[in-house]
Amino acid sequence: MSTYFRIKPSEFIDETVRVSFKFNGKNYHGFKGDTLASALLANNVHLVGRSFKYHRPRGIMTAGSEEPNAIVQISDGTNRTEPNVRATEIEIYEGLEASSQNCWPSVNHDIGGINNAISAFLPAGFYYKTFMWPASFWEKYEYVIRHSAGLGKSPTERDPDVYDHRYIHCDVLVVGAGISGILAARNAAKNNLKTLLVDEKNELGGSTIYQNREFNKIENQNSSDWLKKEIKELRNIKNLEIKTRTSVAAFHGYNYLLARENLTDHLENKDKQGKIRQRLLKIRAKKVILATGALERPLIFNNNDRPGIMLSSAVKKYADFYGVVSGKKNVFFTNNDSAYESAFCLHNKGINVEAIIDIRESSNSKIVKAVEEAGIKIHWSHTIVDTRGYKRLSEISAMMLSNDGLSVTGSKINISCDCLGVAGGWTPAVHLFTQSGGKLKFDENDNVFLPNIYPSEQMSVGSCNGDFKLKEIISNLSTNLKQFLKVDKTDFDNVLIESEEENSKRNIWLLPSDKPIGKTKPFVDYQNDATAKDIKLALREGFRSIEHVKRYTTTGMGTDQGKLGNMHALGIIADTAGVKMSELGTTTFRPPYTPLTFGTIVGRNVGEYFDVFRRTPMNDWHIENKAEFENVGQWKRAWYYPANGETMHEAVQRESKAARESAGILDASTLGKIDIQGTDASEFLNRVYTNAWSKLGIGKCRYGLMLNEDGMVYDDGVTTRLGENHYLMTTTTGGAANVLGKLEDYLQTEWPELDVYLTSVTDHFATASICGPNSKKILNKLIPDLDLSEESFPHMSFKNAQIGNIKCRIMRISFTGEHSYEINVQSNYGKAIWEKCMEAGKEFSITPYGTETMHLLRAEKGFIIVGQDTDGTMTPIDLQMDWIVSKKKYDFIGKRSLYRSDTMKEERKQLVGLLTDDPNIVLEEGAQIVSDLNQSPVNMLGHVTSSYYSPNLKKSIALAVVRGGKNMMGKKLFIPMEDKTINVTIENPVFFDTENKRLNA
Amino acid sequence: MFLINCPYCGERDHQEFKAGGEAHIERPKQPTELSDDEWAEYLFMRKNIKGIQFERWNHAHGCRKWFNMVRDTSNDQIKLIYKMGEKPPAE
Ligand SMILES: [Zn+2]
Repeated sequence: MSTYFRIKPSEFIDETVRVSFKFNGKNYHGFKGDTLASALLANNVHLVGRSFKYHRPRGIMTAGSEEPNAIVQISDGTNRTEPNVRATEIEIYEGLEASSQNCWPSVNHDIGGINNAISAFLPAGFYYKTFMWPASFWEKYEYVIRHSAGLGKSPTERDPDVYDHRYIHCDVLVVGAGISGILAARNAAKNNLKTLLVDEKNELGGSTIYQNREFNKIENQNSSDWLKKEIKELRNIKNLEIKTRTSVAAFHGYNYLLARENLTDHLENKDKQGKIRQRLLKIRAKKVILATGALERPLIFNNNDRPGIMLSSAVKKYADFYGVVSGKKNVFFTNNDSAYESAFCLHNKGINVEAIIDIRESSNSKIVKAVEEAGIKIHWSHTIVDTRGYKRLSEISAMMLSNDGLSVTGSKINISCDCLGVAGGWTPAVHLFTQSGGKLKFDENDNVFLPNIYPSEQMSVGSCNGDFKLKEIISNLSTNLKQFLKVDKTDFDNVLIESEEENSKRNIWLLPSDKPIGKTKPFVDYQNDATAKDIKLALREGFRSIEHVKRYTTTGMGTDQGKLGNMHALGIIADTAGVKMSELGTTTFRPPYTPLTFGTIVGRNVGEYFDVFRRTPMNDWHIENKAEFENVGQWKRAWYYPANGETMHEAVQRESKAARESAGILDASTLGKIDIQGTDASEFLNRVYTNAWSKLGIGKCRYGLMLNEDGMVYDDGVTTRLGENHYLMTTTTGGAANVLGKLEDYLQTEWPELDVYLTSVTDHFATASICGPNSKKILNKLIPDLDLSEESFPHMSFKNAQIGNIKCRIMRISFTGEHSYEINVQSNYGKAIWEKCMEAGKEFSITPYGTETMHLLRAEKGFIIVGQDTDGTMTPIDLQMDWIVSKKKYDFIGKRSLYRSDTMKEERKQLVGLLTDDPNIVLEEGAQIVSDLNQSPVNMLGHVTSSYYSPNLKKSIALAVVRGGKNMMGKKLFIPMEDKTINVTIENPVFFDTENKRLNA
Repeated sequence: MFLINCPYCGERDHQEFKAGGEAHIERPKQPTELSDDEWAEYLFMRKNIKGIQFERWNHAHGCRKWFNMVRDTSNDQIKLIYKMGEKPPAE
């Protein structure tokens, strides 16, 4: 490593700790405290990547999170790899490996560089215009484009790290720990407000902390020295929590903010073990103070993107904070005084500054005078017209600017240099403010957008509020803070400040060259390779809305969201279209401010914790007996029980036969159960179900169909009258929560006069359903003294009973068409009762069956499943269930809709049975049904909703919805499939035991 | 990311709540007397205002109570929250 590029001293770098790292396979070292960018610059490495479209060599441009070019892939030889990391943010650690993105095969030899040579053919919208036609070719183009232009590689292995979420509630959140943020946070905490101060950097103090600015004094000390002392004292303040390496990603309404706290990314591998990598902070703050600072702007001129061209403030930060020099021969290019601070800082460290190119006519500030006195050449009223050097800047050319700033005159000055610091003024970082819904105003004087209308209790302070000079920062902060916190004084009201005023300003969004614009490359968005030329082209092609220009040219659409160039893009549009910046507005800044890892977003919700799931009390038994499971809503339900290597089909056929020939048992615990009580319970059921409930006797059960107000079937289930004013309603497994919500809605908002109380008891009861011709014998074995005669315990009735010591509610109801009983017990007895049923049923070969067999058995009987045979567009009439719709009841939910002209149409889709001509062909659920194969386009009559091979009927059966199907019994229709057409006939949907004899068998 | 002041529980994050559409649309007492158009008006027609809107909300993952909210849809500011059955403010 050449030592020339590391100058001493820097108190922020620990030169006693050497850190080795790899970049693009080569070994380097830096020191503890370096970022990857500062360590690379110290090794004189500027070339770190290739641009997205033209594959131009690109170098480190900034020293912060706004970096557009130095985007790298981080890996460390483990499963850990992360693309799109900004080299300016990542702190180096022993063993870090980073590599360039966007280049193939390597950053020095890049095939995509050909794009640069043919760039005249790659204007704005080129990809849209070319690769979209013909559409079928897109796949081929995409392969080539992705291969040469990717944005890093996504990890292929499981993320080895652990992430966390934390909720924080505070009185005041301060974002940004520069001088304004520190003073604001300290005063908030001192006024007994619970305060949280966060900063994305690892050090507090923002840009004030490292700058020894000659003309900025606080209490007659250098502002940096003064601030250091203040920071030391922060540790002793109560109510103040400070989080560094914490970047606020999003500012939502009602002062809800998301921040990422980075805990281990700066540690070497062995120290990362067992620690949480990143934590997502979900912060709800009563008040928010934004002290997010300002970002320096570049200047837009021909070939302004070569490695070695950096922001002037970055050149200064690398020198002041990291002790790193970015070049041997430095030139600055500016439209304001900031560059002079950088130049003077280098000069004072003994580093060569060749010249300053300034587009202004003059400036008489003290810092400019000091630079002049130091003998640094200043070219007033000049602009850079071109730069040279392919992989590293080697020379610039400057010319005199015309008075109107639109052209250049005179002769060319060529200056050889390897680093150019560019200073285009400052853009307040208002991103979070606008994310929160804040409205901006344009300040014509500084050419900046500033916070104007605040949507919540928040304020912006310091340079993000347009205060750039120390004196105005501190005095405005004092005034605003007192108002915001409602206090009389701050502890810095009487601090003595010295800073100088900048008078001379000149802003030109697009600087002219001696070449016509068509022959130049003035980059506005470095990451996405959008030039001023592209923006002008978009305007010529008729784009006017700033949002449209953005998408067409891709300006501001990179991972950096165009933090550097967005203002210039707006400026160039305003100038070209002849409108005012204030009329143009800005594009929307969207969260996150800087990219978040997926790991941080999901936190601990990975693997089995990704989503919640529910298990029945019999779950262990199902697992022990090798059940396969299916997800029904959040429930894990036993799907089928394969025995001796059976396929699913074989298992389901066996289970289905057993249930009809002897006995089957199903875990029905997941059905929704709602306990309904109150003197108006019967009236309530009358209003929510389509059928009548008043005459249902105590101890009796009834099937009910529930509609939406639009007449469409919503849910179904059996409800049992347990007592005079007491019912137990069951709902579908998936619909339980929604049904309860809907019923509560009607009770609370439409019928508050009804005396009815609803309680969800789904989890309180476990249900074992035994069915089949031997079910009665099994129940008799379980409860010998219970009268199971038809007279005493008929179909659709209920009894309280006891099996051993376990109390149970037994309903004689059936979803299979077989004689069957549902035994409900308190949940914790679920497994015990199940095992008792299995034991008692042993001599009858009782067979456990899962949801698939349940579906098959009910389809044999033509029973619908809400959500499978209905889809929110089926009325009970469509389902041929007219029998359940009461004609006598004056009203129930959805009744009026059944008489709308639309719901009464004859040609609505109606539920029918389907039989295939070939009984061995099982239809696909969802298959489309047509009547005329020669029609074009063919008219779809409907589709198959349920389809099975019935082992009991020895043929395939299906349910379907067909337009006008009700009146098409016996009609032959067709189901065209990819490889064949299947002939089907419309039948009655009840296929098995049409007279319901088995229920009472 | 609203902070909603449930009239029964106090301020809670909006994730606990469910929005229930426009408020003060009363279910007709005698639906069978209504024409198709009148019923359709009740059933389908809802306002979608940019500005002050009256809405129903439910504290679904809390006390399960329904209540009314006056919200400015242009900036998501909650102007007022009041219980079911209480009269809406006169603008
Ligand atoms: Zn509540």
